[in-house]
Order: sequence, then structure tokens, then C-alpha cells
Amino acid sequence: MALKNTSLHFIKNLSRFGQSLCAKHLSSARTNITLATDDKPMFPGFSAQWTDKLHLIDPTSHGTIPVYRVLDYGGNIINSSEDPKLDQSKVVEIYHCMTLLNSMDRILYECQRQGRISFYMTHYGEEATAVGSAAAVNPDDLVFAQYRETGVLMWRGYTLDQFINQCFGNCEDEGKGRMMPIHYGSKANNFVTISSPLTVQLPQGKVSREMGTRNNGYAISTPSHEQYRGDGIAAHGPAYGMTTIRVDGNDIFAVYNATKAAREFAVKENRPVLIEALTYRIGHHSTSDDSSTYRQDSEVNQWTGASHPIARLKQYMENQGWWTEAQEKEWKQDTVNRVRKSLELCEKRLKPDWREMFYDVYEKMPDHLMNQMKMMEEHLDKYAEHYPKNYDKKNSSFV
Amino acid sequence: VIFGEDVGFGGVFRCTLGLQDKYGKDRVFNTPLCEQGIAGFGIGAAAAGSTAIAEIQFADYIFPAFDQLVNEAAKYRYRSGNTFNCGNLTVRSTWGAVGHGGLYHSQCPEAYFAHTPGLKIVVPRGALKAKGLLLSCIQDRDPCIFFEPKILYRGAVDDVPLKEYTLPLGKADILLEGDAVTLVGWGTQVHVLLEAAQLAQKELGVSCEVIDLVTILPWDRETVCNVSNNSPAASRLSTNVAVYKLLLLLAPRLTTPTPQQSVKKTGRALIAHEAPLTAGFGSEVASVIQEECFLHLESPIQRVTGFDTPFPHIFEPFYLPDKWRCFDAIKKSVNY
Repeated sequence: MALKNTSLHFIKNLSRFGQSLCAKHLSSARTNITLATDDKPMFPGFSAQWTDKLHLIDPTSHGTIPVYRVLDYGGNIINSSEDPKLDQSKVVEIYHCMTLLNSMDRILYECQRQGRISFYMTHYGEEATAVGSAAAVNPDDLVFAQYRETGVLMWRGYTLDQFINQCFGNCEDEGKGRMMPIHYGSKANNFVTISSPLTVQLPQGKVSREMGTRNNGYAISTPSHEQYRGDGIAAHGPAYGMTTIRVDGNDIFAVYNATKAAREFAVKENRPVLIEALTYRIGHHSTSDDSSTYRQDSEVNQWTGASHPIARLKQYMENQGWWTEAQEKEWKQDTVNRVRKSLELCEKRLKPDWREMFYDVYEKMPDHLMNQMKMMEEHLDKYAEHYPKNYDKKNSSFV
Repeated sequence: VIFGEDVGFGGVFRCTLGLQDKYGKDRVFNTPLCEQGIAGFGIGAAAAGSTAIAEIQFADYIFPAFDQLVNEAAKYRYRSGNTFNCGNLTVRSTWGAVGHGGLYHSQCPEAYFAHTPGLKIVVPRGALKAKGLLLSCIQDRDPCIFFEPKILYRGAVDDVPLKEYTLPLGKADILLEGDAVTLVGWGTQVHVLLEAAQLAQKELGVSCEVIDLVTILPWDRETVCNVSNNSPAASRLSTNVAVYKLLLLLAPRLTTPTPQQSVKKTGRALIAHEAPLTAGFGSEVASVIQEECFLHLESPIQRVTGFDTPFPHIFEPFYLPDKWRCFDAIKKSVNY
């Protein structure tokens, strides 16, 4: 009983103390604080209206965010005011980039099947998303990409040799043979090395304020409708207070326009922009996947016709009189020749010196790692015959 | 219920093939790509009474789930005064080197989780063990993490009984009896150790005892070090090794329990794992061995492990604790 009285007394005093504290605060900051009233809810960090009608909000009641497009499936600009008015040389350059990527994909996929590289991921159907957005930003804009966005690097001039060296993990690979194929990175091209886990680059990329996302319909076998219950990725934008746009990712001009506008907005307003580019992953997830086990050919084939990003741009160029079948045939063969030539060279190159494995864990190699490297050297002195031979001692960066 | 990324169509390693057709989408379903969500959902389902089997597609991607597993799953029973628990939870995840997995498809993260009281961690070495151990984990009253060596999905061949059976958790297997060196490993590495033991027998005439730890947490100290049959009398008699050994000869009943288990019998130990050396699970095993078998040791305990680097792609043949490195360590041990 005594304890209870004491505690009540304590609480009373506490509340009186609290009140006097409040009063002090009010008097000293009268201009900053408005007392909560009945007219409007004044919960901190929040602005809305009252309602006295119980209403459970249906998640679809807000409608869906429309998909911005510029080109129809016939390769025609739908709304002339949205025409980016890119000149012939730029459009052809974009087309070259998308189709060179496509040829590289076809040949390197086969390479994996033949056991010449360990792994590969194609971009079939998604060539416009990366190339279109890369074409709309500056070469010195830092890009934090995911896999299946190689188009950005290709646009920025990364060479076939550089791509294929990385896939072979040979002594010319900038990444020094540490990552699986297709995990490219290029300091010179302001393209941060790709990481395998997904979305890790999103918080890292906040520094650039522009978040381009690709929604290609699948996460390996999981279709979008099992991934999102709401209106895709774009609906997250307003929920996070971000300016948002959703585009047809297979429409190169829509991607270009949206990215350009987003960049201008982000730079001018110093606020983030979220872009959701809708597209379709025509190929398998990777060489470790057979998508026929979870989707029908008839579904895939819907995306390989006139709506395909490459086909659509080709049609546009033909409509302008900028591209002919003869040029198409010649260019296609040219891309194949270029990739094959590069492949031949890159495949022959030696792997990096095995000691490269111990470097760059830290900026400076700590003693315990130096020790482990020495132990391995001693081991190889005795057992070299049991280890692969094509690891080039002479071409090390540190010898 | 079985859930995780891509489990619906059968899973990227075909582990759940046919299950959705057989048991329906209510019991076998895909989750969004969110490991934290998979673990969290699993914990909640388990706490509410469901038998929850969560799949994390690659152990390399388990880290977003780390907080849920370490701070929630492991501590559920303890923090609630045993009024709640998520013992119904089993988390399966693919594990270990696969030949070309590189940084993010090869990791063995058991050491991070072994540092967490409240979890059980199991690693099967093949199909026969996998079935019995997984069923034990599912039935176990504590949350279990079941790491499945992905290279063994196709590589391991066993005669597996069709009927249901369980295998005990926390019990190591002696796969090969020997008297010169004790080799300890788990998962894929067990097969490497068996090859190294063969080499040692052939090249050095050395007989190795190979132990599959099977369970990382709690691990079977008895089989490795003979812990429970410790004989305090002899150690009190003399801390001098020579005297102790003399006593062993003269008064075996007083000094040694029979039978002697592994390191107390062999006097030499080698622990091997793919995960990096520093603070790898081998350090825990080595520490207990020296604590329990100090006077029996003839040479320093060897650890043959991955190096202290991220798992490199093209350098995998140089990175792994292969049979040659294990063989060389055995040689060093016996020649000490």
C-alpha cells in the first residue's frame, strides 16, 4: 500500500514536472509550436485531413501509374511533341550498340554451353533499357548497375575485348579474375563493379539521386504478380516521397526521354527520381536456368515481334529512310565478326598470377595474408604438377 | 509449409520438384525476393504453430536475414521465458564451392551463425545423411539451419531408403578409423579428407581417422576429444607429460578410460573447411581439442582452410583446401 501511494505520488509529481517543462518550452518557443486542435491532425511529420467515416482503402483504388511511351510498334512517334529529335548518327549509334550487345550475347551464351566460360547472362528483350538510359546521361555520371545492364557500359565505349576478358577472368581482366563472368566494372567509364546480390546498389546509388529500375517480369521463375501485390515498383515512389515515372522499357525513345528528364529534375531540384522501366526477359535467367520449366513459349513469343526494342527502333530508322535491309545484313555480320575476333584473342590469354587472389582485400596487404601467400608459394613449390598451368607469373601487376 | 525464392516450379536446384503439384500452393509457394522477409515470415509461422521450412537460395544471400535469425529465431525461447519458441522453423540454404561460383555463389557462413546460442546448424555430406538429418531438423524443437553443399546435389550418389528415417543431430560420424592423425571436416570437405587419408596411407603409410562433424552447433566434442570420459585422476597425479605417459603404461585403469576417442587416441588433429581461416569454425574445434587433449597432443593442431580473402572466381583451384594441402598438413603433423 505504502509503495503504491509512493508510486502514485511519484507519477503525480512527474506529470506536474512534465507540465511545467511543457509550459517552459511553450513560452520560449511560442512562435514554433502550434497546440494540437480539433481542426486538423497535427501529428508530427504528417499532413492529412480528418475523416469520420470508416473506410478500408482498397489498394487498387488509387489507380495505376500509366506507362509512358513514345514509339508505337510500327516504329512511329505517337505524339510529335515527345519526339526527342535525335539525329541520324545518334540513332544509328544507339542501334549499333543494342545489336552489338545482342550478338555478343548470342556468341558468349554458346561459349558457356561449350564449357569455354563458366557462366553467362543475356539481355534478350532488354537492350533498350540500359542503352536508352545511358544515352541520356553524361559519361561522367556514376552508375551503380545490376547485372543485365551491360548496355550502359557498351554505350560508354567499353570494348568487346574488355567484356570478354572479364568473362574469361584472364590476365587482362580489370577485375583481376575475382568475379564470375558478366560482373563488369570500369572506373574509367564511371561504372561501379557489379555485385551479384540484388538491389544492393540502391542504397549505394542514392548519391546519384536517380534510381532507374527494370521490371522485366521475372525474378528467375517468380513472375511479377508473385513479387509485387501493389502497382509494381513505381507505386513505391510516391510512398517514399519520390518523384516517379514509369516507362515502356522496350521503347528506346521513352527510356531516353524519361531518363533525360529525370536527370534534369534530380540535378535542378536536388531530389531523387524513381524510374520504373517495364520490359520482358526473353532469355533464360542465366546459363544455369531453363525457363521452359516455368513459362510457355507462347508467352515468350509475344515479345519477340514488333514490340521488341531492337525491331521497333529498326522500324523507326527504316521509316526515316536511315536504314536498309542491306545495311542490316552487313552490320549483323560485322557484329558477329567483331565478337568472334575478340573471342579468339581473349580465350588464348593466360589467367592472372594466382597471387592476385591475395591482393586488394585491403588497400595494403596485412601480415597474416602475406604469410598465407608465402605458405601457398611453398606449397606450390612442392605440388605444382597438381595445379592449373595457365596462370601467368610474368604478367602480374605487382611482381 | 515450404517457401522461398523459386521453390514453386521446383527450385533452382530442383529440391522442391513436384511438391507444389502434390501439396498445393497453400503449402509450397514462392516468396518475393527478400531474405529478411523469408526468415521473418518463417519465424512467425513457426511461432504460430506451423512447420515452416524456409529456403534461402544461396547462403551468400542469407545476410539480410541475419538479424531475424540471430536476434529473433535464436532468442525466441530464451527471451520469452520459454513461453514462445520457433522450434518449428528449419532454414535450408545452399552452401559451399561449386567450381565457378566466385564471391557470391560459394560461401560457407556457418561460423557467423555458430557464434549464436539458440541455433542449430547442420551440414550433410551426401544424400543418405541429407534426408535423415533434414527430417531431424524439421522435427527438432529448436530453429535449425541446414546448409546443403550445392556441388553435391549432382555429385553425391547414395542408396537412400524410401521410407522416413531420422539421423541424430549433434552426433559426429567416424568414417574411417585410424591411429595417427584425426581429420575433422563437414560437408563437401569430408570427401576431400577421405582422399587425403588415402594419399597419406599410400604415400606415407600413415593411418588417418576421418570424422564428419555433421552438426556444427552443437558439435560433438565427445567423438573428437573424448570429453565426457575425461579422467581427472591422472591429470591430478601429474602435469608432467612424461610421468603421465608412464602412468598410462603402468596403470591404464587409473589413467585411461576405454575406448579412447579420436584425438586422445591419435594425438594429432587437422581441421579443414572451405571458409576463410580467421575465426572459421576450425578455430573453435582447435580450441576445444587443445583444452581437452593437451597432454595427448604430439604436434600442433593443423587447420587447412580457404584463405582470408573473399572467394575468388578464377583462382578457385588455388583457394580451396584441396587434398594436396590436406596431405601436406598431415605430413607436417606426423613429421613434427
